[in-house]
Amino acid sequence: MVALRGIGKTFPNGTLALNGLDLDVRQGEFLSLLGPSGCGKSTALRIIAGLSEPTQGRVEWATGAQIRSGLIGFVFQEPTLMPWTTVFNNVRLPLKLSGVAADKARGRVDAALERVGLRDFSSVYPRELSGGMRMRVSIARALVTEPELLLMDEPFAALDEITRFKLNDDLLTMWRGLGTTVVFVTHSVFESVYLSSRIAVMASRPGRVFTELAIDATYPRGGDFRTSPEYVALCRRTSAALAHAMAAGDEP
Amino acid sequence: MNAQLSARERRERALRVALPVIVAAFIIAIWAAAVWFWQIKPYVLPSPGLVVQTLVTDRSLLLQSLLVTLVTTVEGFVLATLGGFILAVLFDLSRLVEYSLYPYAVILQVTPVIAIAPLLLVYMPQPTAVLVCAWIVAFFPVLANTTLGLRSVDRNLADLFALYGASPARVMWDLKLPASLPYMLGGLRIAGGLSLVGAVAAEIAAGSGGAGSGLAFRIMEAQYRLNIPRMFAALLLLCVAGLVIFYLLALVNYLALRSWHESALDRER
Repeated sequence: MVALRGIGKTFPNGTLALNGLDLDVRQGEFLSLLGPSGCGKSTALRIIAGLSEPTQGRVEWATGAQIRSGLIGFVFQEPTLMPWTTVFNNVRLPLKLSGVAADKARGRVDAALERVGLRDFSSVYPRELSGGMRMRVSIARALVTEPELLLMDEPFAALDEITRFKLNDDLLTMWRGLGTTVVFVTHSVFESVYLSSRIAVMASRPGRVFTELAIDATYPRGGDFRTSPEYVALCRRTSAALAHAMAAGDEP
Repeated sequence: MNAQLSARERRERALRVALPVIVAAFIIAIWAAAVWFWQIKPYVLPSPGLVVQTLVTDRSLLLQSLLVTLVTTVEGFVLATLGGFILAVLFDLSRLVEYSLYPYAVILQVTPVIAIAPLLLVYMPQPTAVLVCAWIVAFFPVLANTTLGLRSVDRNLADLFALYGASPARVMWDLKLPASLPYMLGGLRIAGGLSLVGAVAAEIAAGSGGAGSGLAFRIMEAQYRLNIPRMFAALLLLCVAGLVIFYLLALVNYLALRSWHESALDRER
């Protein structure tokens, strides 16, 4: 769907965030970018989104998937909601910015809220919601345009484990239901193995893709998968890959 | 919830009204007692009763002057709000405009208005000069706070707007303005009081009498005539005017932000 070719990114202050990063995002997959903090995962995600320009290399979109408004949904680390307006208006924002009329937007907003289980909360303000619910609103907002590519930047890192597990399950259900391609940034081995069909393990200084792992376990995955020997084995393999990547990153 | 105020909350509210009233009553009582005990002459310190009496007997003169000062204050405040707001938006849209004009906004702010007023009075008719002074002192807080607000927009939200290809006008209208509203209202609260200060300072500098004279001129005039009770009465009116302006703006602030902003929320929901 989209390919990063030899991406390098140097920040204006001289920090080399990414160097020689190659990554293919395939149609319909759930790809995790796994790596230690500071390895440029988020930067890579922002480059895919077009929010940041690479200083080297290029982003190649498959034909038909030209970057355009509504193609991409983005979920940030924080819910990033507008506090001054209701849940409904927050979710409606992408449609509004894309010029969808209010009457046409209503049904789509309601559907998006339904998807995350917050249909009854459309008229409340974000401050009235719990952290997990705010993140659901954020996901509903990203999905309201039915994007082909959903980019998620450690969306559940700040949530408690119970909420995170629930959101993991709901995210997988939505992903399978919508057929969206997902690129998910995380520093959690367990989360990446549970969710992904493929994991790109990144090394730092400079940030690059160190190795890629296919997670072949079948979907749907649930609580049984989380406690299965298969899951444990996959986590062990992924942890080992991450350890190698971190050792490689520490070399001068 | 308003419908079910707990006993504690109600007591809290009653205290917030009652305590300042008790303090005022206490001070007035000491004042009245001191005047009575030492037989202080009214031209040194009038008794509270005499101040109120003066307020009543001189009401047409004082209220007319109060109106003059208030109209100047409100005009200065409105112009300061518009000026500060428009300038802040311009600064946000163009760095060049900001670099060119910001130092001069600071100069206007740091130069004491009482020192500028005499010069303005040379070039302008008195009412205009007074209005300009009210504007000068009041516009900077609006400008500074709105500028700060426009810059304090959540970066991720700004990215989100960019992701969906929002035009600069949309970003301004749907993101920057609502995000900066709490800051701007904070600026207005400061500006309200300051425009009164500016108007009074300029009136004192102007110092000329006539039908269109404000309260500050009445204070000067009363001082020359050693009419100390009238000075107190005029001062009392200025005090009340300042308080009303402050609380009106606090109310506007509360009404505008109560549904979402931390500053206007009850501590416990």
